[in-house]
Amino acid sequence: MHKDQHSRRKFIQSLGMLTIGFSMSGVVSSRLRADTTLDPSAPDTQNARLDPKAIDSWLTIREDGRVTIRTGKMELGQGITTAIAQVAAEELNMDIAAIDVHLAETEYTPNEGYTAGSMSIQSSAMSVRKAAASARERLLDLAAQELALAKGSLELQDGLVQGGGKSISIYALLKGKQFAASISSDVPLYATSRRKIVGQSIARMDIKHILTGEPHFIHDLRFPEMVHARIVRPPAHGAKLLAIDDRAIAQLPGLAKLVRVGSLVAVIAEDEYKSITLSEAVAPHLTWKFEKALPVGELLRDHIRSLPTDSKTDKQSEGWSDQVISDSVVRHQASYFKPYIMHAANGPSCAIARYTDGKLSVWTHSQGVYPLRGAIAGLLGLKEELIHIKGVPGAGCYGHNGADDVAAEAALLAMEFPDRHIRLQWMREEENAWEPYGTAMAMELEAALDREGRIQGWKYDLWSDDHGVRPGGDADNLLPAWYIEKGHGAAKSGFRGGATRNAEPYYIIPHMHLRSHIFRGPLRRSSLRGLGAYANVFAIEAFMDELAEKAAADPIEFRLNHLRDSRATDCLRMLQREVRKVNCHDGEGIGVAFARYKNAAAYCAIAAHVSVDSRKGNVTVHKLWAVVDAGEVINPDGLKNQIEGGMVQSISWGLMEEVNFDDTHVTNLTWASYPILRFQEAPAIQIDIIDRPHEAPLGAGEAAQGPATAALVNAIYRAAGIRVRELPIIKALRVTGVGDRSSISHENPINFGQFIFCI
Amino acid sequence: MKETFTIRVNGEKYRVKADPETPMLYILRNDLSLNGPKFGCGLAQCGACLILLDGVAMPSCSYAIQHVGETEITTLEGLSGEEGSLHPVQQSFFEEQAAQCGYCTNGLVVASVALLHRNPHPTEKEIRAELQRNICRCGVHARAIRAVKKLADR
Repeated sequence: MHKDQHSRRKFIQSLGMLTIGFSMSGVVSSRLRADTTLDPSAPDTQNARLDPKAIDSWLTIREDGRVTIRTGKMELGQGITTAIAQVAAEELNMDIAAIDVHLAETEYTPNEGYTAGSMSIQSSAMSVRKAAASARERLLDLAAQELALAKGSLELQDGLVQGGGKSISIYALLKGKQFAASISSDVPLYATSRRKIVGQSIARMDIKHILTGEPHFIHDLRFPEMVHARIVRPPAHGAKLLAIDDRAIAQLPGLAKLVRVGSLVAVIAEDEYKSITLSEAVAPHLTWKFEKALPVGELLRDHIRSLPTDSKTDKQSEGWSDQVISDSVVRHQASYFKPYIMHAANGPSCAIARYTDGKLSVWTHSQGVYPLRGAIAGLLGLKEELIHIKGVPGAGCYGHNGADDVAAEAALLAMEFPDRHIRLQWMREEENAWEPYGTAMAMELEAALDREGRIQGWKYDLWSDDHGVRPGGDADNLLPAWYIEKGHGAAKSGFRGGATRNAEPYYIIPHMHLRSHIFRGPLRRSSLRGLGAYANVFAIEAFMDELAEKAAADPIEFRLNHLRDSRATDCLRMLQREVRKVNCHDGEGIGVAFARYKNAAAYCAIAAHVSVDSRKGNVTVHKLWAVVDAGEVINPDGLKNQIEGGMVQSISWGLMEEVNFDDTHVTNLTWASYPILRFQEAPAIQIDIIDRPHEAPLGAGEAAQGPATAALVNAIYRAAGIRVRELPIIKALRVTGVGDRSSISHENPINFGQFIFCI
Repeated sequence: MKETFTIRVNGEKYRVKADPETPMLYILRNDLSLNGPKFGCGLAQCGACLILLDGVAMPSCSYAIQHVGETEITTLEGLSGEEGSLHPVQQSFFEEQAAQCGYCTNGLVVASVALLHRNPHPTEKEIRAELQRNICRCGVHARAIRAVKKLADR
């Protein structure tokens, strides 16, 4: 490329020279500061131990007075970078702009496993808080000695310890070293005594970088001499490559290398667009053997309940017998279903890898750099210490999507094409067809009420595949492992507790019997935001609404009558005050739902206001309200953004999302065939937070998923008298309203893109 | 076969050697090192790659360099002022914190700039209609609408 003479700077920029070493900091504008850890040959030996009990594992005081915080968590768009900077700034009593947050990177940040389960505030931010507070106390001790003053007369502020007319910088206090001290678990917290920065809606500065097109995403990383790769995918999962027409492929211009490892085929080219056209040109020259193995011709709801299961009783109250229900005055029974749902990240999965001098470097948007390193080591037969993995933000993932797979694939390609940075980006069709989905689930409920309308007995049967089938250090859970023909087995079992998350109602019920039946379903599956809690809460809260009707009770009062936890009832009462103000017209309705995520994290009560045109099967969601208690709130606007986004995503899942497949493979490969909620359908939002600064912070990022869809189906019932028990809602309404249930099959997927929402 | 094209991007002229079929998305990202336009689907269905063509928002994934000619291209980067001052739409999105992961942000901002250029005082309905082709998976719809509405109501 040539640039007209007068702008040489832009020309250099276009070569990518200035963008190689950008900082991963999400908080301050320091993107051109050299980030030496991009070079794996220059590890930071000072922090090689990374003992989670050591202050130095979490923070470093730099010569220029800035502080680097290391977190083992990843920025997924949830704003964790800012929240972590806030807790550190509070304890160190310094300007948040002087804090850089270094995201997950092997050898450099503590191993915090996965950024998952709404745990980043509860775990990482709380570790950083204690490390920063311990650092502050240590600095005050050192200054007291150095200045010969009483510790109580000293104040740490903005990198200086001051007192008695004297002042010393924290870097000078450490004399060029770091703390070499442990975190004190009972250290006093400024978050309790002062609380100037936490609890404030500090704006995310990374949003400013994103808004101006500064490099932020893994997709924006550019290295000199970087090449581009694309995988040539087979027609189905488990396909074997039988033949490859090498002669025809050799004729294709621009191919830097055709990589073939077993049945994994990829093209590498100097130019990205060339890699795309080459992958399309290579595809017809490959011959595959594959099975038509996917179940069609029967409802998925019925299919998953016909599979062999690993069944278990998860809870049986003392004195339980089936007579608790059969002998009761009022009985009710209902079944619910949730299909496979995609993560469907807006930006397809991407990774960069380079293998040089016997060492492998990988840049990834995985949620867990350490577990990924273990899995890649197993995949390649390479020692872990020869692999360096750096986390760089990607598009929002909402759980385990293709991030780990693409990183492993890039690593495989790097071994085949050494010494160059290889950038591998999945196409939209790959993202939709090959990611691990949130599994289909079926829920069967039966309950008994006494004469006072109290639930006496509750029986719950849950059918689910397992969730959480993450690499977790095991190569067998990586997509490419099944194609390279190096003896890797099928995906291991995942996390049974993912299926039963929130399967137990948070309500006071004297007799309960809960069982789970884990099947191995037809599609690849893993963790999608909320895991089993989404479908369990949908079923429980829809059923609670049905029971309230049986008891002739107001749905909120009915729930309040079964709750003992005052934090739960506070949320519902506040929600009640909000929705009482609304007047519903004909064809409109308001529904509510409540859950405490994992029965241990954030409390979330949600209401939905909808209109239903049952003849056409149209739903308009006018407004969603949420009342949330997440304990101590670090950043109120960040919390609101998470709840708001969670609600919108949940109603998108509930209204219109469903993975479809024919007998060979997944069929909804684009946004046209996998529509999600868009701007004309988006509801108004109101979120109220109950802040409890003296309670522990509670994970909230997944708290809204279950209650939002449940509130929606309950609202539809109020509006139109139709109980929607099978998702997606619009398909169910079509079947109930105008269609014939028997006409729905996976061979005739309905295109929900045709539906018109009226707002 | 590669050919040489002269294109105008963010007020500068560039000469680029490329296959004529190459979508502008790849030219802007890889040849000009611009990060604004994002690859989302390659099928003009998601809006992640929107750019301004003479002020009109268009998906760059489906717009080949051979069709550019004299058209003035503006990307997200071209909206900010010289000293890094934000365009009013960027500023409004920042104030509303109308992003989570931010992958859709380019498309939302570019579409909103085009809308306000054409119609400085759009109604909420018009804002929603304009943003309908943009996919946001994190659910910042209400914030984005608010960010544009604020400018429309000035």
